[in-house]
Amino acid sequence: MSNAVKTLTNGIIRENPTLRLVLGTCPTLAVTTSALYGLGMGISTTVVLLGSNIVISLLRKVIPDKVRIPAYITIIAGFVTIVQLLLKAYVPALDEALGIYIPLIVVNCIILARAEMFASKNNVLLSALDAIGMGIGFTLALVVMGSIREIIGNGTWFGINLTSDLIDPAVVMILPPGGFFVFGLMIALINKLTEKMDKKQAPEAAGCGGCAACGMCHNAENLR
Amino acid sequence: MREILIIIVSAILVENFVLIKFLGICPFLGVSKNMSSALGMSAAVVFVMAIASGATWLVNEYLLVRYELEYLQTITFILVIAALVQFVEIVLKKTLPALYKSLGIYLPLITTNCAVLGVSLLNIERDYNFVQSVVYGIGAGLGFTVALLLFSGVREKLEMCDIPKSLRGLPITLIAAALVSLAFFGFKGLFS
Repeated sequence: MSNAVKTLTNGIIRENPTLRLVLGTCPTLAVTTSALYGLGMGISTTVVLLGSNIVISLLRKVIPDKVRIPAYITIIAGFVTIVQLLLKAYVPALDEALGIYIPLIVVNCIILARAEMFASKNNVLLSALDAIGMGIGFTLALVVMGSIREIIGNGTWFGINLTSDLIDPAVVMILPPGGFFVFGLMIALINKLTEKMDKKQAPEAAGCGGCAACGMCHNAENLR
Repeated sequence: MREILIIIVSAILVENFVLIKFLGICPFLGVSKNMSSALGMSAAVVFVMAIASGATWLVNEYLLVRYELEYLQTITFILVIAALVQFVEIVLKKTLPALYKSLGIYLPLITTNCAVLGVSLLNIERDYNFVQSVVYGIGAGLGFTVALLLFSGVREKLEMCDIPKSLRGLPITLIAAALVSLAFFGFKGLFS
């Protein structure tokens, strides 16, 4: 039971995919121009992650090792298509706003990394919990980042007017440079706060290396 | 001709793929540590983006649109890209081993990358024809190259600086990227 709880909470703080493992940076920077978009993207990604983790875990003994990456990609792409169609039908405004970043969920490193490192080696229940945990962690990071950028850059929060009538917002915050800046500062903050964490517990920031470790190619390890 | 030039210049400067459109950040942050790996990566990216643009456009036009299967776009594109890169890698290994040695290892790294799939999807979104798609693919790749080379220079300089502990590594890199991205904003008025 504690194993299950540990798996669930792992993705929220200790191994937060955005701020500690630094995976899936493209959508993080692109859609956090407002807290609402961050929330929408986080939930969509969580749904895909949950679906793909469960299916891959169910099929983990069946998929041959040599074709596992293409197989995972196909499964993930299938779920992304489902989410795409659901969003188009029920929340077209969000679909319009997130644009190409919804189909780009299929190449989100987080999903492929969790499939490779967790779902292919653990049972369905743990894989599902891992997906939920990672999804919550990702959504949380996106919402926080989106909020910061929206409040400073637009004076609103989730569309509610906060300061935009009082002071001119710093528009640069919702533009690309602002995205990079806020992301960098957030990682620095997390680094500072977890400095005191036990060295053995703190995970390595995988970053691009994590993508390479996705198993896409084994020679990429030599690049680091 | 003028149109093609506009596509290329805007992909490189006005709407730089990495710094403004946020596509291709992962390899950007991972490989920009020194000039030589940056060059190898860039060459591979331009190459893959050009052929992937063309291939996915053809598949979209003659398969998906013709048989009204547009909803399969995501799945088809990613599989086409993955298969194409695998194929190119094999051909390269057999025919031009020297070239394979210099850029072959980066090829799988760019397959599951936002940049390549992003460019394919953008081509469809913007209703480009075949030539425009390939040109945009090349332009986007060149934009990635420009950003990567500039940035690896910045990072090499950063190595010599005394950076506070929490900012070392990714945070300072991202802040540097913010400043480079801000610089590219200066090109915004280029075509108006």
